[in-house]
Amino acid sequence: MTIMNWLQLTLLLFSIGIYGILTRRSAVGILISVELMLNAGAINFVVFNKYVAAHQVSGQVMSIFVIALAAAEVMIGLAILIMIFRQRRSVDVTKMDTLKN
Amino acid sequence: MQPPVMTFMLENSWVIAAVPFFSFLLVGLFIRPYSDKWAGLVATSALFISMLASYLLAWDYLQISGAAPQVLVPWSVEWLQFIPKISVHMGVLIDPISVMMMTVVTTVSFLVHVYSIGYMHGENGYGRYFTYLNLFTFSMLGLVSSTNIFQMYVFWELVGVSSFLLIGFYYKKPAAVAAAKKAFIVTRFADLGFLIGILILAGTSQTIYFTSLSQPEVVSQLNEFGVLNLALLLIFMGAAGKSAMFPLHIWLPDAMEGPTPVSALIHAATMVVAGVYLVARMFPLYSQATYALEVVAFVGLFTSAFAAIIACTQDDIKRVLAFSTLSQLGYMMFSLGIATLREPLGYTASMFHLYNHAFFKALLFLGAGAVIHAVHTNNIWEMGGLRKKMPITHITFLIAVLAISGIWPFSGFFSKDEILVASLHGHPIHFIGGLIVAGITAFYMSRIYFLTFLGNSRTEASSHAHEASPVMLFSLVVLAAFSCVTGFIPFSHYVSIGQPLEHSRINLLVAISGTLMALIGIFSSWIIYGSSSGSAKRSDVIARRLGAIYSLIKNKFYFDEIYQFVTHKIIFKFIASPIAWFDRKVVDGGVNLSGWSARKVGEGFLSMQTGQLQTYGVWFVIGTIVTFFLFWATVG
Repeated sequence: MTIMNWLQLTLLLFSIGIYGILTRRSAVGILISVELMLNAGAINFVVFNKYVAAHQVSGQVMSIFVIALAAAEVMIGLAILIMIFRQRRSVDVTKMDTLKN
Repeated sequence: MQPPVMTFMLENSWVIAAVPFFSFLLVGLFIRPYSDKWAGLVATSALFISMLASYLLAWDYLQISGAAPQVLVPWSVEWLQFIPKISVHMGVLIDPISVMMMTVVTTVSFLVHVYSIGYMHGENGYGRYFTYLNLFTFSMLGLVSSTNIFQMYVFWELVGVSSFLLIGFYYKKPAAVAAAKKAFIVTRFADLGFLIGILILAGTSQTIYFTSLSQPEVVSQLNEFGVLNLALLLIFMGAAGKSAMFPLHIWLPDAMEGPTPVSALIHAATMVVAGVYLVARMFPLYSQATYALEVVAFVGLFTSAFAAIIACTQDDIKRVLAFSTLSQLGYMMFSLGIATLREPLGYTASMFHLYNHAFFKALLFLGAGAVIHAVHTNNIWEMGGLRKKMPITHITFLIAVLAISGIWPFSGFFSKDEILVASLHGHPIHFIGGLIVAGITAFYMSRIYFLTFLGNSRTEASSHAHEASPVMLFSLVVLAAFSCVTGFIPFSHYVSIGQPLEHSRINLLVAISGTLMALIGIFSSWIIYGSSSGSAKRSDVIARRLGAIYSLIKNKFYFDEIYQFVTHKIIFKFIASPIAWFDRKVVDGGVNLSGWSARKVGEGFLSMQTGQLQTYGVWFVIGTIVTFFLFWATVG
């Protein structure tokens, strides 16, 4: 596999993530989409590490960072969601429009 | 010039102006709200201190100055610094004319303060009045002791402000308010010329200090740029505004709406001579500008004749005096205008006349004030027969009338004589004009004297008149004494410029013709107004025979109406209102338009603010993509 194939894969994953963020009504779906985008980024790090600077490990280290970050982010995101759900009995993001005007 | 010996008073000459200033603050801020009586006393005693200090200064100055007059700047502090090279100092300039002016201003001001204690007694705003008087005296002293044109301009405006405040002292009277506004606007308009003149002068010569402006290099520098005459004419415009020279004279007669002591102090003795003083102060420059000096001479002569003619027809005693002030100021101006550095008699004569005029004109106004106080009217036809009821006022007023008419041995005779002698050499028009004006002056001054003090009382009020209070009489008597003796001061010994003067002796021909003119004036006035029976009838007959000419003069040649027409019908209509329209529609419209468009754009963007998280997301993504493509298109 060439670098192009890898990059096409991550681009696809990233785009699916964006699409999910923009279209999902459920906040849980959005969180999942964010995970997709983060993983696309992590794969990119590893790929570039392999093809651009094979003797170094910084890209791999970054990907581990991204995984740790993603775990933390999901935890906080879910905590917020639970609080919102307790208040409004719903996690539909289209109804969360108190910032309007 | 070796450094002169400094005496205590010279070193502390700033005290003269500072005392009235601090008294102004003290009286205005702390005393006035609590006690009117103390306000008057403190203000007056401040002026007394200032007056003594100025006499001391004059004495010291005469001791050290010796034969040739010296110019000293004993005290000067930096006031403003624009850039390191350009800075403005506030200081005290001591030379013969500034010392003379300081003594005149403090003396007349002190006497007017004393007089006002009696005159203003029981009036509303008694404390306010004395506060303003102190402010005025401070400004005037600052003006006369200026070391540079900029300082002079600052005090010039301060003097204008205090004049405005005092003319409008009876601010509930619409006429007084209008007069105050008129005085301020007219002088302000003239000061525009003054300011431009200063800027031209300072810009080309790189200096604003009088001591360096009188250097010959400066004159040649100004001549090189060809702006000497222009700058001096513009400065003369300012001087003409303050000294009410034709055609900027219209404010002075109206300024008589102020309290009478104010008219005596500001609009007769001190402030209005500021213009004459300015020309005298800049005389080293003026003497090099033949054209500007000629304008000064002719404007002076014309004003002098013009005002004298009008004064013959006015019925308001203060207005007659106002026009006579105009006429005498014109006298001083033309006397300056005919002086040169080689024949400087006119300069000395002008300053001499200024000095004498300050005393006898203040006396005339204060006497008129005493009369007005007694009969409660300004109209001379409603007075009459006050000779027996107000004996001291009568005597002092008579002295002043004789002084201004130029009868020996009163002061006016000497200075008028000197002016005529000065104009005799090579200025025949001015000599004859001056002679005729002297005759007319004697005519109208004795006219008001006859109508006010001789004959019988013409109204109820004037028959119940009584002598003024002793405080007021004190000032009258002191000023009368001054008017009797100041003529004998050997003025040319103290004040001169350029070529040293021969000790001026009285030219017999001039003295006789001048006195003759004055006597003719007084005599014809006696025939028309003096003879006890039917004096009103005789003057009516003459007025009727003169017909249109009489009413033309009586209405002051319709100058107020012309100005009214020009300002209202032409300037307001064709310049001011289009500008107002432009300001309201275009300038304000532009500002409003920008506000309106910002609001409309905001309203447009408001609809994008949905509150939907995902809409924002879409915008964000579109923005990212656009940015990426822009980046790609430009760099990649």
